[in-house]
Amino acid sequence: MSFEQIVFYFFAAVLILAAGAVITVRSAVHAALFLVLAFFTTAALWLLLEAEFLAITLVLVYVGAVMVLFLFVVMMLDINAAPMREGFARYLPVAALVAVLTVVVMVMAVGREHFGLDQFAAPERMSADVSNTRMLGEQLYTVYLYPFEIAAVILLVAIVAAIALTLRRRPGTRYQSVEKQVRVRSEDRLKVIKMNAEERK
Amino acid sequence: MFDAIENWMQAFGWLPDGLITLLIILLKIVLLIAPLMGAVAYLTYFERKVIGYMQVRIGPNRVGVFGFRVWGLGQPLADAVKLMFKEVIIPSGANKGLFLMAPVLAMAPALAVWAVIPFGSEMVIADINASLLYVLALTSVGVYGIILAGWASNSKYPFISAMRSAAQIVSYEIAMGFALVGVILAAGSLNLGQIVAGQQGGIWQWYWLPLLPLFVIYFISGVAETNRAPFDVAEGESEIVAGFHVEYSGMPFAVFFLAEYANMILIAVLAALMFMGGWLSPFEGVPVLGDTFLAESSIVWLLAKTSMFLFLYLWFRATFPRYRYDQIMRLGWKVFIPITIVWLLVVGVLVITGTPPWFDVA
Repeated sequence: MSFEQIVFYFFAAVLILAAGAVITVRSAVHAALFLVLAFFTTAALWLLLEAEFLAITLVLVYVGAVMVLFLFVVMMLDINAAPMREGFARYLPVAALVAVLTVVVMVMAVGREHFGLDQFAAPERMSADVSNTRMLGEQLYTVYLYPFEIAAVILLVAIVAAIALTLRRRPGTRYQSVEKQVRVRSEDRLKVIKMNAEERK
Repeated sequence: MFDAIENWMQAFGWLPDGLITLLIILLKIVLLIAPLMGAVAYLTYFERKVIGYMQVRIGPNRVGVFGFRVWGLGQPLADAVKLMFKEVIIPSGANKGLFLMAPVLAMAPALAVWAVIPFGSEMVIADINASLLYVLALTSVGVYGIILAGWASNSKYPFISAMRSAAQIVSYEIAMGFALVGVILAAGSLNLGQIVAGQQGGIWQWYWLPLLPLFVIYFISGVAETNRAPFDVAEGESEIVAGFHVEYSGMPFAVFFLAEYANMILIAVLAALMFMGGWLSPFEGVPVLGDTFLAESSIVWLLAKTSMFLFLYLWFRATFPRYRYDQIMRLGWKVFIPITIVWLLVVGVLVITGTPPWFDVA
């Protein structure tokens, strides 16, 4: 086994264990942290595929921003796990059936016949000076320009919509008026009075 | 120098090539981390001294070296020894595993980032294509240490601090990212070495001038990202005691400190590399000085520029009162992000039109 394969199997094993832990650990915070570990190991696997830009972006976007907000929310929830476990045995046969079906479909869809090495040969190793980032950028901004721009606009609409949902005036809420705060000068708040010293009685 | 060591190791004959490469990389890492930790230790001393003098005090001046009281230069060593021998107290309600893992998660990214930081045109451990992106990705991971410390402590103040810091760091990352996009646009590269190379030709060629708003925003966001005054609401001594590390003692506490100061130095080095020409000399191309050693680019210039930014950190801390939390959010979202977006357009136009003196050589 070459060194690269050892690295691959190591990260793949950690990834599978972490992904399994995400759905099996009891605490929601631990589950979120295992998801972070899963993202990290995925990024490592992508690095092995020479997709360094995507790997670093995965860490930057999902680990650095999305999961931080996720943790933020999960940490504030006080989830009682006991009611969620009720009826586990009752639904187990249905769940097992669905799980088996999903696995079968997945194996049929992405199995060896469709994605095996005889269908897709392992890509050639690029030389060290090939810039993954530049190649990706050239593809995105020439061949896939319209899909890229449309995706960007859809995301922008989603952002605006999400912000618009929070814009509701609640009666009785006090708001800061930043303009007034900025315009305040020391004379408005503090008055220095000149007076003679009083004689102590 | 490393070639010589490699040849010397190969001369033994029995060392495999892979092991030699590994040993050389380890040597480079030690040569980087050891001075960095020294700098961190003496930055704490320097901070106390500088703020002391700014407030007309003397600062630490008792602990000397070998019986000589040299302006208290032994203070960081004494601090380190004291922290190492203190008991590590774990609160009974704490989540023990995460409580002990949090300082590690704060420290590991703070050190790993340094792998791609160049100190000269050849002096870098890992010269990767997308080094700036790598820096951004790893610094964004550092926040987990703070959040987990706050949560795992199972205590009120640390939890408030974790919430504050999560929101603050995610917000300022956006402004910081946009500022870096401006640099990438100007240099046409994600590699830190090439970004410095793009600033050749004296102080007026450096990116601080065409990217001035981005430069200012980058540094202020950097101060916010490292939780330093005036953005230190995560620690907020007067409000929430010490924030996320209230429950920590001994070495875990010290590790948080090391990570914070290593990050400060990192932000300062990055500011020097991206906006102040890195290791390039400010006197490049000046008629009289142009022939002397002053015009040569060297690591000395980089260290001098970094020290300048570190001094700014201390100066801010001694000067400004702490921001109110809603003001921090307003500054990040409603002031910095719009300015950076507008200036990105300006930089784009400057680059496309090849405006001299910065972008005329494509």
